[in-house]
Amino acid sequence: MTETVSTQSTVKEITRALKHKPGALLPILHDIQHALGYIPADSIPVIASELQLSRAEVHGVISFYHYFRETPPGKQTIHLCRAESCQAMGSKKLEEHVKAKLSIDYHETTPDGKFSLEPVYCLGMCSCSPSMQIGNDVYGRVSNESFDSVIDEREALS
Amino acid sequence: MSLNKEKDFGTPAREADTLVTLEIDGFQVTAPAGTSVMRAAAGIGIDIPKLCATDSIEPFGSCRLCVVQIEGARGMPASCTTPVAEGMKIVTQNKRLAHVRRGIMELYISDHPLDCLTCSANGDCELQDMAGAVGLREIRYNPQGKNHLQAIKDESNPYFSFDPSKCIVCSRCVRACEETQGTFALTIDGRGFDSKVSPGQNEAFMDSECVSCGACVQACPTAALMEKSVIEHGTPEHATVTTCAYCGVGCSFRAEMKGDQLIRMVPHKDGKANHGHSCVKGRFAFGYATHKDRITTPMIRKSITDPWQEVGWEEAINYAASELKRIQAQYGKDSIGGITSSRCTNEETYLVQKLVRAGFGNNNVDTCARVCHSPTGYGLKQTFGESSGTQNFDSVMKSDVIMVIGANPTDGHPVFGSLMKKRLRQGAKLIVVDPREIDLVKNSPHVKADYHLKLRPGTNVALINALGHVVVTENLLDEVFIEERCDTAAFAKWKIFIADPRHAPEQAEAVTGVPAADVRAAARLYATAGNGAIYYGLGVTEHSQGSTTVIGIANLAMATGNLGREGVGVNPLRGQNNVQGSCDMGSFPHEFPGYRHVSDDDTRRLFENDWNVILESEPGLRIPNMFDAASDGTFMGLYVEGEDIAQSDPDIQHVHHALRSMECVIVQDLFLNETAKFAHVFLPGSSFLEKNGTFTNAERRISPVRKVMKPLAGYEDWQVTQLLANAMGYPMNYSHPSQIMDEIARLTPTFAGVSYEKIDRLGSIQWPCNEENPAGTPTMHAHEFMRPNGKGLFMLTEYVATEERTTRMFPLILTTGRILSQYNVGAQTRRTENVAWHAEDRLEIHPHDAEDRGIIDGDWVGIKSRSGETVLRALISERVQPGVVYTTFHFPESGANVITTDNSDWATNCPEYKVTPVQVSKVTQPSEWQKQYSDFSKQQLELLEQGTHHA
Ligand code: SF4
Ligand code: SF4
Ligand code: SF4
Ligand code: FES
Ligand code: FES
Repeated sequence: MTETVSTQSTVKEITRALKHKPGALLPILHDIQHALGYIPADSIPVIASELQLSRAEVHGVISFYHYFRETPPGKQTIHLCRAESCQAMGSKKLEEHVKAKLSIDYHETTPDGKFSLEPVYCLGMCSCSPSMQIGNDVYGRVSNESFDSVIDEREALS
Repeated sequence: MSLNKEKDFGTPAREADTLVTLEIDGFQVTAPAGTSVMRAAAGIGIDIPKLCATDSIEPFGSCRLCVVQIEGARGMPASCTTPVAEGMKIVTQNKRLAHVRRGIMELYISDHPLDCLTCSANGDCELQDMAGAVGLREIRYNPQGKNHLQAIKDESNPYFSFDPSKCIVCSRCVRACEETQGTFALTIDGRGFDSKVSPGQNEAFMDSECVSCGACVQACPTAALMEKSVIEHGTPEHATVTTCAYCGVGCSFRAEMKGDQLIRMVPHKDGKANHGHSCVKGRFAFGYATHKDRITTPMIRKSITDPWQEVGWEEAINYAASELKRIQAQYGKDSIGGITSSRCTNEETYLVQKLVRAGFGNNNVDTCARVCHSPTGYGLKQTFGESSGTQNFDSVMKSDVIMVIGANPTDGHPVFGSLMKKRLRQGAKLIVVDPREIDLVKNSPHVKADYHLKLRPGTNVALINALGHVVVTENLLDEVFIEERCDTAAFAKWKIFIADPRHAPEQAEAVTGVPAADVRAAARLYATAGNGAIYYGLGVTEHSQGSTTVIGIANLAMATGNLGREGVGVNPLRGQNNVQGSCDMGSFPHEFPGYRHVSDDDTRRLFENDWNVILESEPGLRIPNMFDAASDGTFMGLYVEGEDIAQSDPDIQHVHHALRSMECVIVQDLFLNETAKFAHVFLPGSSFLEKNGTFTNAERRISPVRKVMKPLAGYEDWQVTQLLANAMGYPMNYSHPSQIMDEIARLTPTFAGVSYEKIDRLGSIQWPCNEENPAGTPTMHAHEFMRPNGKGLFMLTEYVATEERTTRMFPLILTTGRILSQYNVGAQTRRTENVAWHAEDRLEIHPHDAEDRGIIDGDWVGIKSRSGETVLRALISERVQPGVVYTTFHFPESGANVITTDNSDWATNCPEYKVTPVQVSKVTQPSEWQKQYSDFSKQQLELLEQGTHHA
């Protein structure tokens, strides 16, 4: 079976299993993202027609919640903290650096598919702000330089 | 403004029994409960600033420009979302409010390109108006800050453009697409500063679900969504209210003009058929009216192999009249006749039938309604006593269950389709009876048929009988209604007939292919869910048993008491704009205006006295009889106004043969249509923009057609008919169509109270309009039926299988239909940008049937019936069931009617377009017919060239 066919059948299965529940759209989107890592654009017509919705409506809901992604995530996702403590410790500057270094914005993925960038609101590491998380690893007191070395190291890994 | 724009009350009107009185800025106002403060204020001329509200859609409360203060209440509520309450005291203007509003406007304007002077909406922009209203004078935000000024325009739609830099994200467009049109093509993508309007999944309008109805453009307060014609030509300066000339909904439009140039058609809010909504045809597809193919000089020729010769009006008319007289002298009085079209106005149709009856001295007049709705005329006249639908369109908003039989409202009658979808979204139940999965079944957002009875084509009567059987045998009858309102003896007979086990759904299943359980459930739903309404279309009438089905539907409605009030009824959805009107106007060979038989002595005497002639008491020839007689050499002259019989009539090869046999074919039309290629005299017609008159829509509504520009060829169509009558020696001296309407009113009881003066005053009138109903009649048969004894008549409806059966040679059933963007034979829509949606006719075929034949999507396939063969490209689709293929007939070269047969309805000769046994196979070249036809067409166009350019 080709990849798209199996993706489509996953989407159909999930949608059909949940569609009769009230407010089925959000649970369906959650499950699809959980199963596939994102919500592929070509799954939207399927969801729409099963739920008697238009494609635009489904798209509107997905785009409203930053949590949902419409593109596959990178192999590694960088969660950069934007909450108060980190902001106070210069996360804005770091943010600019990160975006420039990777040439992507939040919710985007590098063209080579290696990294995605997502904001996060407090990692519970306020004492070591600014902080970020990649996979299971949490990093504190991140500077432009330390960020670069973490990325270079991880890039080599992947 | 000189354009005299329609007032926007900000939020929709509310209907309520309780009235509420409040005070706004010191003035007392009374409004129905549920009305918004904004609307109540607008009612007394206080316009509260607003941006995200408009009265075609529900308020949303997002811009907060409309804030007001309420005495005794805290804060500043939005007046668009605050309902009126008894004793409320409202202040709409004070310093604090002004301050808040200015702040809001400042924010909007800081992210808006300030190129007002060169903007297409200059002078027609609500953002501009509001900046003025709140007295905005300075902007404190940095214009270099983050903004949307560089966003890219979407020009994909041929008729309107979307410029996101001018968008204020008020979401009026999104809500209009949802609430008014019901397509849900738009959404707001993202949120906060990043939010923007997104068609479909953030794609171009043309790639989204958008059907180009224009509702979003209409709702947009800025130039973000704008008609390209306005961008190109500038804002119109005056407007005239007129009626769409495309379909039987009969939408009311404001033709917005600049001098004598039509800039745009804007749906009219007070239009009672459309309430400010429109579809892509009426709203945008008017370019044909000034298309270069229009012929504006009369032409004649001796033989159809001669080049056309341009002549003056007088010469053309005299030639036509002398030919007709010569033919009558040679072949007899009955050897000529006339055909009118349901595209003509009432007055034009009336005049053509008068010309034939009084001027030609026979009753050989017929109309193309023959090829669509004559079974309606017959069936409803027999059972209810009047040949028309029973309701107005708005009635559907009170229906609890809607049954759609052989109709496709979202494509065929889009504006009514939108209204129906609105009601369905409110929770009304839906039963669809159709061989094909129309959009309403499950392809419209938030709408789903409760039952889709997917019957085999040609088995309507068996299915309707099965429904009737369930109603009778499961005791779902409305005994009181039947007792009081119907002919009980006839009912008793029908009851015994329909209760017979041969009509049981379990028996019918073998014929119709519809599971008996579904039929039973659907019958119960229709009979018991409250107000049950039936809407039907050509899928009912264009069958060998078309009239029987109409009668069956009428029986069903009477048996369940679903007649005579709002929300119920039996409603034919008429195809063309004036099918109802042209039938009313006596364009059938056996009937005078008002459906009175020509053999009725009293009626005939009435007309004889008024018209000053002796009239024929025998019915004349129907269209198919005319063709037969032509082929036999006894019918030699024909006057055809506005109808393309050489494309739209069944068994086209027979028609072409008949046309070639005639000695004088006179065609009056905008274009050298297919019929004109067989003609000897061509009289240029006028478009609906170039003449005065009236159209009558599917709900019997007589609406005005108003002249907004001079006729390109010099005469309005009714004037041409008048010239011909005078040349034939029968004098006609009308100076305005209102005089023709006065004559109609004088001679037709159901029109007795109709006049142009009253139409101007009321906007439109639903007939019957007479002494008892001076303002017209929205709901028919409210107290008694229009039959002589006032009682509804049940009639027996035996199912007879059509002779058009599938065989080994022709194993598939071909059925035909229409789509949204194209209109009928497409002579007009093909000459507009609407081809962007439908550039060719395709044959829909089920994947199984395609696979059996090795056909893949896009293949050229030959379609062969016992009448002929044609070639189309295949479209593989599960919308049709196995064994059934489907096509539209909008392009002449498709030749869909080459294959349809001459089988027809027993009572009215309405052709059986909907059922033709065919075989389909893969081919590599056009059919023999298509080749011949394309040669012939080419030759005819050359003859036109030679004639018009040699001089
Ligand atoms: S396109 Fe027009 S109607 Fe739609 S959100 Fe933008 S400004 Fe409002
Ligand atoms: S034109 Fe009609 S269908 Fe298209 S987006 Fe606008 S409202 Fe929706
Ligand atoms: S074609 Fe029909 S629905 Fe569309 S605008 Fe004209 S009358 Fe209305
Ligand atoms: S604010 Fe960044 S970790 Fe708490
Ligand atoms: S008009 Fe009331 S909130 Fe926008």
